[in-house]
Parts: sequence; structure tokens; C-alpha cells
Amino acid sequence: MQLTRRSLLARSALLGCSLAASPLVTPVSFAAAPWDTRLVVIILRGGMDALDVVQPYGDPQFAGLRRTLSGGPAAGAADLDGFYALHPGLAPLLPLWRKGELGFVHAVSTPYRDRRSHFDGQDLLEAGTAGLGEARDGWLNRLLQQTPGTDARTAFAIGQERMLLLEGAAPVSQWAPGAGLAMSPQAERLAALLMEDDPLFHAALNDALELTRQDMSLGLEEGEDGSPDGGTMGMMRAPKGEAHAAIAAYAAGQLRGDSRIAAFSINGWDTHYRQAGGLKAALGRLAETVLELQRGLGPQIWGKTAVAAVTEFGRTVRENGTGGTDHGTGGAMLLAGGAVRGGRVLGRWPGLAEADLYDRRDLMPTADVRRYLAWLLHGLAGAQKSGLEGGVFPGLAMEEDPGLLL
Amino acid sequence: MQFDGDLAEIRFGAGLSPAVAPPESAAEMLSRLQGPDEMAQQFPVSRFEDAVTGAAAFRRLRRQRRQLDGKPGYEAADKAYREFRRAQNHDRYGWHGQRLLRHVRTRDGLRERLVLFWADHFTAQGKSGPTRVLAAPYAESVIRPHVSGRFEDMLIAAATSPLMLMYLDQNLSAGPGSRAAARRKRLSGLNENLAREVLELHTLGVDGPYSQADVRQLAELFTGLTVSREDAFVFHPGMAEPGPETVLGKTYGGGKPELEQVLSALRDLARHPATAQHIARKLVVHFLSDTPDPALVSHVAARFQDSGGDLVQVYAALLEHPAAWEPQLRNVKPPFDYVASACRALALPETRVAGLRPGQLNRLLLAPLTPMGQRWEFSGGPDGWPEEDAAWVTPQALAARLRWAMAAPRRLVQPLPDPRGFAAAALGGFANERVMFAARAAETEAEGVGLILASPAFQRR
Repeated sequence: MQLTRRSLLARSALLGCSLAASPLVTPVSFAAAPWDTRLVVIILRGGMDALDVVQPYGDPQFAGLRRTLSGGPAAGAADLDGFYALHPGLAPLLPLWRKGELGFVHAVSTPYRDRRSHFDGQDLLEAGTAGLGEARDGWLNRLLQQTPGTDARTAFAIGQERMLLLEGAAPVSQWAPGAGLAMSPQAERLAALLMEDDPLFHAALNDALELTRQDMSLGLEEGEDGSPDGGTMGMMRAPKGEAHAAIAAYAAGQLRGDSRIAAFSINGWDTHYRQAGGLKAALGRLAETVLELQRGLGPQIWGKTAVAAVTEFGRTVRENGTGGTDHGTGGAMLLAGGAVRGGRVLGRWPGLAEADLYDRRDLMPTADVRRYLAWLLHGLAGAQKSGLEGGVFPGLAMEEDPGLLL
Repeated sequence: MQFDGDLAEIRFGAGLSPAVAPPESAAEMLSRLQGPDEMAQQFPVSRFEDAVTGAAAFRRLRRQRRQLDGKPGYEAADKAYREFRRAQNHDRYGWHGQRLLRHVRTRDGLRERLVLFWADHFTAQGKSGPTRVLAAPYAESVIRPHVSGRFEDMLIAAATSPLMLMYLDQNLSAGPGSRAAARRKRLSGLNENLAREVLELHTLGVDGPYSQADVRQLAELFTGLTVSREDAFVFHPGMAEPGPETVLGKTYGGGKPELEQVLSALRDLARHPATAQHIARKLVVHFLSDTPDPALVSHVAARFQDSGGDLVQVYAALLEHPAAWEPQLRNVKPPFDYVASACRALALPETRVAGLRPGQLNRLLLAPLTPMGQRWEFSGGPDGWPEEDAAWVTPQALAARLRWAMAAPRRLVQPLPDPRGFAAAALGGFANERVMFAARAAETEAEGVGLILASPAFQRR
């Protein structure tokens, strides 16, 4: 392969984490990280039902809208502030709430309206633009593009899900823990030999093997499962729901090092059917993820960390006939971490009376979720308002500071 | 540098096979391409017109299920809906198997490669449940019949395909001054999506000589292109913006809105010199190198222009140029091509694919493409899959390729071939010393076969 400046640039843009290990690049010392706080963005794919997670049991309309998905303290939810109650699935996070390290913003959404497609909704959430098709990169990548001193290790996309919000011209790293290369030592040596004279393959293989070794030191390697194929076939499959804890542990590991931003997905929020079971399972994964991040980061780094979990849209305020809810509009975001000023449910509550709803069916969004994300980036990464409103979230009006951070 | 059969099969075809001889000349490749489509007959995939009827059935079952919500009969409606969805997914896996078998068995590998190339150039995907399985039937009926025809015919077929119209929201685009917009407030008005992508991706290219005003005018000209209730293409004059539109300095329409005005603009765009340049460069990048030889691009572009976009002549220009036959293998195969060429090298038997249950087929041959970076038929956007080698050789994607290469072959073919013989079958004259050494030194047959498939010599073309 001919190594050109262009191919090197293209390569470094995609897998900058290879640069350090790459034999092609004269070893350089990476500049110190551009800032010291940590940000974790979790995309909750499928559309989380905000009304069942942070239940507005104080709203007089609430009880009548949910026939089997009854909420509030009477149904086992933890009272948060006399108006909202927290779904029991997030009960493991109550200690964080009490310490002020967990909060929510209710009735937020992206500018996406009416079509209610996961595909478009997630695209818009990750693009960070006002409308679809206005940008081919993601908002976190645009933050990196406009921040001097970042490099490929600054931000890490984790897991096998595509993370559009981190894609773009700025180099980022990507890896799925547990997706490594469990080869015999002999096969490993021979693979290295085969790729030795092809710089592109050689560098990627070295990185893959190095990242696999990191996985193993974190205890994330695929175990032999006793089947004739051992662990190898298992790794060909798309990851299942259990991957979340491994991903959180991996994110914490990278954030303890040079990384400042980690982004990944938790799936399973599209609860059209028997939501009681499905949502509980999904919230359990979310709670474990947050706690694993807290544990893995340790008290000192957790103290300067903010976790933001966002979803493409909320769900219908009325329960459907199958014990679930359908695609809606207004939703909620979760904030956690030692750096957030939690113990509060923020956001202007629109009410649930028929006239207060969006399209007479969905929670009315009273704020743009990007506004809160922008303030997080402002507080954590020192991004300027002009760059946030002009580049990261084009056309957004950030308005006054909601005071999300300590 | 001149024609080489092994290289022709690797670079312009489906890869080497122990069972199918490589072509003997460029003339043979072009003649097969213009002959009968043997593989489409032997391994059929549903035609778009048939498969698209499933979209209406999907919506009907979904509606019935919703209407019975909380009422008697719901369980049956829910079951019918779920079973229909599952059957659709199984159809999709089956089509994938058929397409792989075409790659395994074909003597006309260039055709299969061109179908992939053009289906990617004119990327159209289902965005929601009713249409999400339609990408393969779209490639089958909209793209495949045109790969040896004229570019403008393929452009028109793609731009008026219901899947494209829905994918790029053209079906909802109504002229602000149209009767439909006056009558129905909910119509979202003009949507520029398809017009922009036709200019930027399908014809002139992103650096082409067009302005935002051209996009807007073309979008107004496109109003009226939509789909019927049965998901068939229709031109609906009531949605069309009245008055003439001027695109790249030429005025179309003005009288009664007619489809012919749109087709006329598409033909002009197809014949534009910037389109010749854009398509020529894209072909050379796709088949040869991320950094294309400018002389070769000019040669191919000139033939495109001179022949009025006669695609067989365009391919002939590519194949006759000495730069096409540089022996160094360069481009990295994208995941679908990688897996398909591995199946061909393994001579994956038709009976084995037929014997796989749908879920097995998915796990062995379709789902593994996702961690390799190619969630098949769901690329990130209308610009399709990347061409840059570096996009495919990331640590994570390379690990996924190696895992597949080590684990899948023994599940597909039994007994596995002897790695030493397999190296020659898979790579012909490109089996270098490192590959032969690895084939001899591997501890097991599975590792030997896996290492050969993992070698850059097999992953590049």
C-alpha cells in the first residue's frame, strides 16, 4: 500500500487510537488532555417512556392515563419531591439522588416532530441539528473539531452500535469490549506475520491485540463456553443486553486514562408491549451502568464526571391496549455524576390535560434537549456559547444557564 | 501491464474459485455482462413490484392490531402481525443467501460487482417497518437490469423508484403553490432531499457546478413524483409546483405539469460532463484505488461523455487501460464482498445454504457484517458505504473479520480444504511466501483457512 498523506489522515481520523501504537508515526508525546472533567453520553435507543420513569404522580391527570402502568409511591415508586416519583427499576440509584448526584430534566425533546420514526429520531438526536439531513457528522464530533488540544483519545465510542454523535472529521477512538481476538498464540503470531508488510493492516491488528489485552486485564474476555466453537463464534454475534456492564467498566477504564468523553448506547426502550417487564429490565441496565461507572471511575474522578442519558423521543401519555406505550414526543433526560447538581427534577412541566398535550397524545416538550446538552458542554469542556450555538448545535438558543453543574 | 485472468477475477469479479475458471479476456467479461443473467435465473430474489406489496400488508396488519387494541381478537391480530414480520425477515435472509450464492457460482463476476456498486451509488433503504426489507428487491429490479444499459435509464429508474421516493421524502414533497398544498395543511411543503442528493450524489457530484438555487428549482420540478396507496410510483400533478423551473440554466415545464419534464431534466443531468467525471472517478476509486490515476479517470470520463453514458463502453474503457492491470492489490474488500469472496473460495455448496435455517443463515452470513462495520442494507445515509480502505480496517472491524474467518468456514464447509491447497485456490498467483508459510505452520485446518482469509492478500483486490 502506498502511504499518502491523505490515507494517513483518513486513517487517523477514523482510528486515531492507532496513532500511538502505529509504527508509521514517529512516537510523539500526546498533549495533556484539553480539560479535566469527564462526560459520558448514553443514547437510550428505542424511545424511553419518561412518564413511567420519572412519574408525575402529582399531576391530577396522571393516574387516569395509565391503566396498568400505575405509578406513584402507592405503586412502589420512590417519592422524589412530592410531585414526581422514581420507577422502582432505578431504585439502586436512590443513594445518588440523596447525595445530589442524580437528577432529571423532564418534558424535553429534540426538534424532531410528527413522524415518530426511531431511525430519523436517533439520527437527529445524534446529529444535533434542527432538522434532518443538515449535517453528516455528530454533535460531539463537532465539539472536538472546534476544541484545540483534543486528539483521538479524547473521545471514545464504545460498543458495536454505530455512534453517529461521535462520527465526523475529528479523530475519535472506538472499541467494543469483549469483541477482541481470542486466537491461539500461534495464530496470533502468524496473523502478525501475514500483516507485517501491510502498514494499514499491521497497525490495526496491533491495536486490536492491544485492546484485547486491555479487555483481558479488565476481565472482559470472552470465556470458552464449552461448545465446539468455544468463544469465537459467540463473538461473531451482535452483543446482547448483558454487554452494558462491560461497556460501562470499559468506559470508566478509558476515562481514568486520557479520555474525557465516552459515548455508548443502551437499547431496549421500545416498550409497545408489556412495558412493566421491559422497562424494568431496561432501567435495571441503566442503573447498573451508572453504578458501574461510579465504581470504575473511583470517588475522585466520579466527582468531576457528568453522565447524560438521552433518548430519541418520549412515548404516548396514554397506555395502549397491550400494556405498553407507543412512540411519542416529549421525554426526559437523566443526569448523574459527582459534577452534577442533582436531587432535582428540572424542566417546565406542561401538564397532562388533553389541551396540554402535543397532538393530543404526547407529552408536550417544553424545552429543547440540546439546550441542556449545550450547557453541559459549556460547563465541562469550556466550550464557548458562540461555538455551541453556531457549530455544535447549529441555530440553538441556549438561553439562561439552567445550572446543571456544581 | 495487461490483462491477467486471476487479477481480473479478484479485482473486477467475485474472487477466485476452485470450481469456476477465471475469465480469459476483457472481451469475455464484457460479453458475459451483455449475455443472459444466469445467476438471477438460478438464484432468484423477489422482484421489487412483488416484494413491495408486503408493505401494504404490513400496514394493514399493523392497523388491525392497533384497532383491536384492548378489544377481543387482539391476540390473533397481534400474532398475525408478528408472524408476518418474522416471515419478512426470513425472506430477507433468504435473499441474502441467494445473492451470496450468485457470488459463489457466477462466471460473470463483473455483473455482481456492478450491481453492488450501483445499488450503493443509488442507495435507497426502508426507513420504517413496512419497507425495511426492500433493499434487495430494489437492487434486483431497479438496479440490476440497467448495469449494462445506459446511465440515464438507471438514474431514472432509481429516482422514480418508490423506495427512493420514500427514503428521501420525495413522496411527501408538494409544491408550495400546488393544489395539494392549498387543500391539505398537513403536507409538509417542499422537500429538497431527493433533489439535493440527485445533484450531489447521483449525478454532478458534491463539487459539481450547481448552486442552492438549482437544488431548490430541481426540488420544485420534482414535485409530483410520489407513490400511490399501493406503493407504486405515480406522478401526481396536483402536488406539482406550477410554473417553469430553471436548473443549470435550462428551463423545464411551464405548462401543465408532466412527468416528461422531470425525466428530461434527469436525462440532461445524466449527460452533463460533470456527471461523466463524477461517475468515472467513482468507478476508478471503487475498482482500483482510493487515490485514482488521473489519466485513467479522464479516459473513462471521456468514454462516458462520448458514448452518452453507455455503461458497457464505460467499463470497456476501464478494462482496456493499462493502469487497471497493475498487479499490486490495493482496495480493501468491503465486508459483504469479503464474506462473499470467502464463500466463493470455499466453494460453499448451494445445498449447505439451502439447509441453513433462517436464523442460522443470519448468524453465519449476515449478522457478522455488522461488527465488520457494514450493517447490511442499512448504511448511515444516502451516500452509501465508504470507499476508503481505512474505513474498513479499524481495530474493531479487523477483529470482527478475523473472528469470522477463524470460526465460520468450518461451519459452512465440511471437511475444510487443506490450507496449502486452499491458499492456491483462494489466491492463485497472489499467494505470497508469507501466506504459504502461514498455511503450513497453522496448528489446525480451521486456523490455516482463517489465516489465509485474514491475509491482506485476500482482503485486498
